Amino acid sequence: MNLTPEHAQKPSPMSWTVGGKTLNSRLLIGSALYSSPQAMQGAIKASGAEIVTVSLRRQSAGDQAGKTFWDMIKSLNCHVLPNTAGCHSAKEAITTAQMAREVFETNWIKLEVIGDQYNLQPDPFELLKATEFLVNEGFEVFPYTTDDLVLAQRLVDAGCNILMPWGSPIGSGKGLMNPYNLNAIRQRFPDLTLIVDAGIGKPSHAVQALEMGYDGILLNSAVALSPNPITMGKAFKSAVEAGVYAFDAGTMQERDLASPSTPVLGTPFWHQN
Amino acid sequence: MTTITVQINDEITAVPASLSLTDLLIHLRYQEHNFAVAINEAFVPRSQYEKTSIQTDDRIEIVAPMQGG
Repeated sequence: MNLTPEHAQKPSPMSWTVGGKTLNSRLLIGSALYSSPQAMQGAIKASGAEIVTVSLRRQSAGDQAGKTFWDMIKSLNCHVLPNTAGCHSAKEAITTAQMAREVFETNWIKLEVIGDQYNLQPDPFELLKATEFLVNEGFEVFPYTTDDLVLAQRLVDAGCNILMPWGSPIGSGKGLMNPYNLNAIRQRFPDLTLIVDAGIGKPSHAVQALEMGYDGILLNSAVALSPNPITMGKAFKSAVEAGVYAFDAGTMQERDLASPSTPVLGTPFWHQN
Repeated sequence: MTTITVQINDEITAVPASLSLTDLLIHLRYQEHNFAVAINEAFVPRSQYEKTSIQTDDRIEIVAPMQGG
């Protein structure tokens, strides 16, 4: 291939900036649900993810579990994205975010405010309230939201630089349930960092989101609950790369009619009817 | 020794009266620094531990890192 200097200098399409950090993996991965700490470490490394989500839980004195886990995460040399999982009100989420900022020494927060226990759907009203407060407090809010376009606009108005609409309910593995809505958000906010969070079950779901022009994918169960999380981590690494390159290249126009790939002119035995 | 009762991580606990948060954490033997504290659902920054007095019926949450998705 004849690469001109211009082509040679073009940055890799895999490179992106999120929350002020320039990264080379579009995958954000969770640290929960693995069968063992070793499986977690192996899968995260295999996935190539550079952002790992973490959480906070009550801990009694003398319990070393938190320290052991934190030391393990630090050894991965990834950026950490603390979440507010389990919060059901803006107040709970705000307090959890403030505690997370102190413990993990980052202003990044994956803001989750659950509104329904059945499908773990975010509460849009409490989410917006917490976002407004935390943005004013200097947090980089990664809001876990539905695929509602109006809510997306409100979150952007509140100061979000990133949106994380769900593909489908957390842990369901159902993929992108409403590509129309996800695409509408992408089209409405062409320059915003958009990450599909929740519901990704298979690498093909990740490809679909990235081909649509989403900037990244956040998942946990799809890798952690695979019988072989390390191999599945590799599969997602490849899928994310495929999706990003496909979007960068641009896909062909879909057609209703068949069109032969092989040139017809000069085909042996061909004759005009 | 006068004691008061507080809730620590949802468990009712008797602790000495007139403690600061710093004193309470020493009393409870929290030695590591990778935890954060909220009292009555409000975050207490580490810089405020010394100035924070523990009151009867305070609801104290002490949290540490763990796995998350």
